[in-house]
Amino acid sequence: MGASFVPITVFTVLWGIVGIVCPIFAPKGPNRGIIQVVLMLTAATCWLFWLCAYMAQMNPLIGPRLSNDTLIWIAHTWGNPLEAGTK
Amino acid sequence: MGAMFRSEEMALCQLFIQPEAAYTSVSELGEAGSVQFRDLNPDVNAFQRKFVNEVRRCDEMERKLRYIEAEVHKDGVHVPEVKEPPRAPNPREIIDLEAHLEKTENEILELSHNAVNLKQNYLELTELKHVLEKTEAFFIAQEEIGMDSLTKSLISDEAGGQQAATRGRLGFVAGVVQRERVPAFERMLWRISRGNVFLRRAELDKPLEDPTSGNEIYKTVFVAFFQGEQLKSRIKKVCTGFHASLYPCPPSNTERQDMVKGVRTRLEDLNMVLNQTRDHRQRVLVSVAKELASWSIMVRKMKAIYHTLNLFNMDVTKKCLIGECWVPTADLPNVQKALADGSNACGSSIPSFLNCIETDEEPPTFNRTNRFTRGFQTLIDSYGVSSYRECNPALYTIITFPFLFAVMFGDLGHGCIMAMFGAWMVLKEVSLAAKKSNNEIWNIFFAGRYIILLMGCFSMYTGLVYNDIFSKSMNIFGSAWFVPYDNETLEKNPSFTLDPKASYINKPYFIGIDPIWQSADNKIIFLNSYKMKLSIIFGVIHMIFGVCMSVVNYNFFKRRYSIILEFVPQIVFLCLLFLYMVFMMFYKWISYSTFATDEAYKQGCAPSVLILFINMMLFSSNEPEPGCKEFMFDSQGTVQRVFVLVALCCIPIMLLGKPLYLLSASKKKHNKPEHSNGSVNQGIEMQEQTDISEAGQTQATPAKPAPHSHEDEPFSEIMIHQAIHTIEYVLSTISHTASYLRLWALSLAHAELSEVLWDMVLAFGLRDPTYVGGIKLYVAFCFWALFTLAILVMMEGLSAFLHTLRLHWVEFMSKFFSGLGYIFQPFCFKTILENNDEE
Repeated sequence: MGASFVPITVFTVLWGIVGIVCPIFAPKGPNRGIIQVVLMLTAATCWLFWLCAYMAQMNPLIGPRLSNDTLIWIAHTWGNPLEAGTK
Repeated sequence: MGAMFRSEEMALCQLFIQPEAAYTSVSELGEAGSVQFRDLNPDVNAFQRKFVNEVRRCDEMERKLRYIEAEVHKDGVHVPEVKEPPRAPNPREIIDLEAHLEKTENEILELSHNAVNLKQNYLELTELKHVLEKTEAFFIAQEEIGMDSLTKSLISDEAGGQQAATRGRLGFVAGVVQRERVPAFERMLWRISRGNVFLRRAELDKPLEDPTSGNEIYKTVFVAFFQGEQLKSRIKKVCTGFHASLYPCPPSNTERQDMVKGVRTRLEDLNMVLNQTRDHRQRVLVSVAKELASWSIMVRKMKAIYHTLNLFNMDVTKKCLIGECWVPTADLPNVQKALADGSNACGSSIPSFLNCIETDEEPPTFNRTNRFTRGFQTLIDSYGVSSYRECNPALYTIITFPFLFAVMFGDLGHGCIMAMFGAWMVLKEVSLAAKKSNNEIWNIFFAGRYIILLMGCFSMYTGLVYNDIFSKSMNIFGSAWFVPYDNETLEKNPSFTLDPKASYINKPYFIGIDPIWQSADNKIIFLNSYKMKLSIIFGVIHMIFGVCMSVVNYNFFKRRYSIILEFVPQIVFLCLLFLYMVFMMFYKWISYSTFATDEAYKQGCAPSVLILFINMMLFSSNEPEPGCKEFMFDSQGTVQRVFVLVALCCIPIMLLGKPLYLLSASKKKHNKPEHSNGSVNQGIEMQEQTDISEAGQTQATPAKPAPHSHEDEPFSEIMIHQAIHTIEYVLSTISHTASYLRLWALSLAHAELSEVLWDMVLAFGLRDPTYVGGIKLYVAFCFWALFTLAILVMMEGLSAFLHTLRLHWVEFMSKFFSGLGYIFQPFCFKTILENNDEE
């Protein structure tokens, strides 16, 4: 399992607040129902959308194919521990 | 429940209004705008209705207003807008208004008539002046010739006398003719006189004004010299034929000078008079223009009221007017109040009253919208107006529509542009709405401003998850991939495929797709697999949601048997086949890993979900790779077989369940038919007693048995309907699931297109590091920005919009929406005035 605790909690709590807590405090009035539905659907769709992207990368079955220029550049700018392996 | 959950409850009401209070009451109802009147005399010809004369009077007043308006526009007088639209005038004020309009029209008519006369006069005098002035030159020239001849006559007196005699007999006519007619005129004169006419002409430099039309016309002064009376009369005939105006022109010089003087003074006088008339007209028009807008609103309201009153029925005793209308039950107090106000306004002692009546008729569909929800409701209504009190899909469309759009349009940059455009329209709403543009495309955009705003916002979110901003990625949280090679290896090989085992930190990127994929050569392979699964996941959930909505409808319309006989088999069918496929996708994501200890769950063994699904449907199997398993988990083969069999069992229930139930129900009903018939009759009789006789009749006519419910249809028809419905549903689960793949296809197309645009256009400008590169970049950026807006945001946005619309109309709404209703069109002054403005 390549899942990490932090992002899953962060996003679930974030969209949970939007979709479950916020609707409880929706302003009273004729549009209360609409606001509640809007909030819940937003939270549900956005959470699931993020989750799919996250889960699709949890256990990568293929790796990216990159040219060596790009790899060198990545190693330098993204601060990977490439230097350790240099001659 | 929410305000948009289903359409509002409507009541059919009868209005009983005193004739004297009718006008004011209907006026109040028009201001309130919450009743839809029904025509109670559909057989009566439009010319035989009760208030035809009043309508005619209104038409006449409208005509006058149009005339006045045209005059006001002709003079370029500004018509001020009305701030507060006036109410419809009282019947007493109508006569005043009518008289006032009559007076104003006559005044303007007289003024313009006078002005035309004066202008005609002025034109003639100007022409005369020009004739005198221009001919001066000819005559002077002629006199010079005369002088010549005089000098000659010193030599030969006889010859000179002869010439003088000839000259004495030379007659002439002077006048003015339109310039474009001159060549023809000249030719004609030449022909009739066989070349014996001498024509001199001079063009007028300044155009003259045509008194009736106000157009500019160019004219030419001419003098025709001739000999003999006969020729003169002929020339005059030609002149009238060519509409040339002839003017008297004295032959002697001094007389001419006097005449010119006289004409000039008269012209000056006339000019003064003309100016005064013009000022007067201006004053009149300005004072009229102030009132014009409110008058035309008043007249339009009056006309609308009389048209509405024509839909009413007269009581036999002629003591009250009866009207029928649909009213949302929530608005009944408003209507009551409007009626009370109406009868108070005319001081009527007997109040008008409202009586709700029972009916079998299908009431109109009325969804109360605000400016936020209106756009979404329009999207649904343009497919079909939902049946009365049916579940309203527009409520869910508010989010699902922008979301599905964003799945296809996902790009942070493009979404941002769209969201800013939407936000600008929303923030400037009031001032933009006041402008009232006639540009159709702009009006469509403006009406959908909240949709555009939400689509933009959701596109920004999906763009963030796709990690796409103008086709580039952002590495905010640190990529989950690293480079495990040393420099030497990197230099030797042109490209590498990173192995997840060696170069993946086993923690996915925090939000969305890892930025490393953006520059990978095999990006598409990865994104395709991800986006295809994504589309199927959302598609199946969307469809399941739609099927679940049908429960709400069955429950509300008291067709509970349909829940068991239609909904349950449908949802079971969908879940066992397609939700199971979604489950397999998630299971594959979780269980197959390079780090797996079990050999069967290593990356090389991961089975294709699609092939597993196809095998499941066809009961076939593939030989797995050595060391791998065919299925993802134990006993999956058995589970799948059971699922397919159960799903297949659902089809006969869908097909036969409802028809058989209805058949047995109708048999039960036939066992005790007297009771039900009796109760129906009783109901009608009861109402005839309570209502006034004529009202009872009108209501009895539409009380035919409405063929809405399936229960009255013969069995064969129900069976055919159900068969079609079942086949459609079963096939549609497959085709609609496939149809959701458009989410993937469009998203891929959008991402690829924006990448191509970057690589082909903007990258061309970025490559050159010299000064010339700056200019190149400037030009490249212009093109890139232009194409980004025109193709990626506008065209791609439009195509994604249409595909989203289809996904909602077909894939989502076909699961529960019948859409057999008709829209509620209340009698409302506001809409009437707006419609008039558009015309």
